[in-house]
Amino acid sequence: MQAKRRLVKGNEAIALGAVAGGCDAFFGYPITPQNEVPEILSSEMPRHGRVFLQAESEVASINMVYGAAAAGLRAMTSSSSPGISLMMEGMSYIAGAELPCLVVNVMRGGPGLGSIAASQADYFQAVKGGGHGDYRCIVLAPWNVEEMYAFPGIAFDMADRYRNPAMILADGVLGQMMEPACIPSEPPAASHPEKPWAANGRNGRSHKNVANSLVIDPHELRDHNRKLQAKYQQMQAECKWDTRLADDAEIIVVAYGITARIAFSACKLARKRGIKAGLFRPITLYPFPAKPLLETAANAKSLLVVELSSGQMVEDVRLTINGKQPVAFYGEMGGVIPSPAEVCERIVEAAQ
Amino acid sequence: MIEENLIAGFGGQGVLSLGKLMAQAAMEQNLCATWLPSYGPEMRGGTANCVVCFSDDEIGAPVAANYDAVVVMNQPSLEKFESAVKPGGTLLINSSIISVRAKRSDIDVFYIDANDLAESVAGNAKAANVIALGALHAVRPRLETSAIEAALKTAFEYKGQKVIDMNIRALHAGMEAMQDTEPNQPQATAARAR
Repeated sequence: MQAKRRLVKGNEAIALGAVAGGCDAFFGYPITPQNEVPEILSSEMPRHGRVFLQAESEVASINMVYGAAAAGLRAMTSSSSPGISLMMEGMSYIAGAELPCLVVNVMRGGPGLGSIAASQADYFQAVKGGGHGDYRCIVLAPWNVEEMYAFPGIAFDMADRYRNPAMILADGVLGQMMEPACIPSEPPAASHPEKPWAANGRNGRSHKNVANSLVIDPHELRDHNRKLQAKYQQMQAECKWDTRLADDAEIIVVAYGITARIAFSACKLARKRGIKAGLFRPITLYPFPAKPLLETAANAKSLLVVELSSGQMVEDVRLTINGKQPVAFYGEMGGVIPSPAEVCERIVEAAQ
Repeated sequence: MIEENLIAGFGGQGVLSLGKLMAQAAMEQNLCATWLPSYGPEMRGGTANCVVCFSDDEIGAPVAANYDAVVVMNQPSLEKFESAVKPGGTLLINSSIISVRAKRSDIDVFYIDANDLAESVAGNAKAANVIALGALHAVRPRLETSAIEAALKTAFEYKGQKVIDMNIRALHAGMEAMQDTEPNQPQATAARAR
């Protein structure tokens, strides 16, 4: 059945996308600018016979996710920057115990309590680990409301496939804005993969399933880490990206999420001024789409990275480009959103 | 074609709803549309605004530095956003509660007695936002009237036909009030129409 197009808020899309993606249990604690996610799930989850629980804190939320994920449920939480920081210990445990889950970060300005305006300053935390130990999260960065709806399901699937935490990295603007989107009134039947490792009772098995991140013997822990690293290597094949106006571009602007939209508008402005600018948008921030970026930028004279941060993803772009072309950077911090005209000026500068 | 609009006023004047109606109408006629509210530690009586973009092409930024059309429903919004109108753009001022005039001469400024007209047409100042929507539509017809009416139907369906009809009356009253109005006229046409 064709769903009717209607105006949907980004946060609402994440909530409905989680239900459609087969989320069995949501645990969370309120924080702006993602509050519509738990608000909508607080009615949608019970309506579908699933679990919604407002925890007493973010630390409790992520540990409830840990428990539910260990039992084989599709478990998720949602928060914003300061709340995500509180969850980092739990994320590390979940990654160590090789459990799939979904964490949504609708980023706001930092550091500290910062502001509630949109920001992208949590890139390092999201893609480089965030908690302690050598681990990585799968990180997806939507740029419109339709992706906010689609990505929870994709994230759950990837998380299950790799038994690894996945994160959706959005921002305050994407969470608060509305766009037309086709969302079915009833979620499709989501298929859950078999989870023979789930600690959900013996069920006649000869062995116990245990979720654990403690490996005391250094050699055993080294082997466990090697296994994790091999898994992260395997993920690289699943990187996702998107481009606009990139085919003949002399300057490639690299940006994700809301900034990619501003950069897209800026590329159009630059083309009106005779500068062939194109957009490369990483969709998976981890695994970072390094090879596709290299291929897209192969014929470009230079690159410009635009972020709502002091310069975080630019490090991955520079590692990828490895000195082949100049990589300029433009960032705004603290919740300030540059206009397409301002980004266009930086494109003009970088193209010279 | 891309049209970038800013709607601003007090919280409670229906500025966010006005913006949503525009985005909904754009969607009804199969355009791409975005709606972005100002959000923050807002309080009742504080300022509120939203940005609405619509286009026949994929929309990049849902924000802009300058806008094709700006609607200001209260005086602080006029002071803050008069400078944000693109040269040659449109500024619509709610003259029911804004007593001063716009300063710029490089834009088309229109005045509408939105609250007073809403009182007389709908018996309720709450419809001032829909009056303003009609007025903007009359002086800057970027959307189809039928699409705006469809948006009103969608938005007020849950309140029943009476409320839908009242809002459609308010839309047309706003449009009629601006009929044949030249920009930058000191006298609000709506006041004469009343």
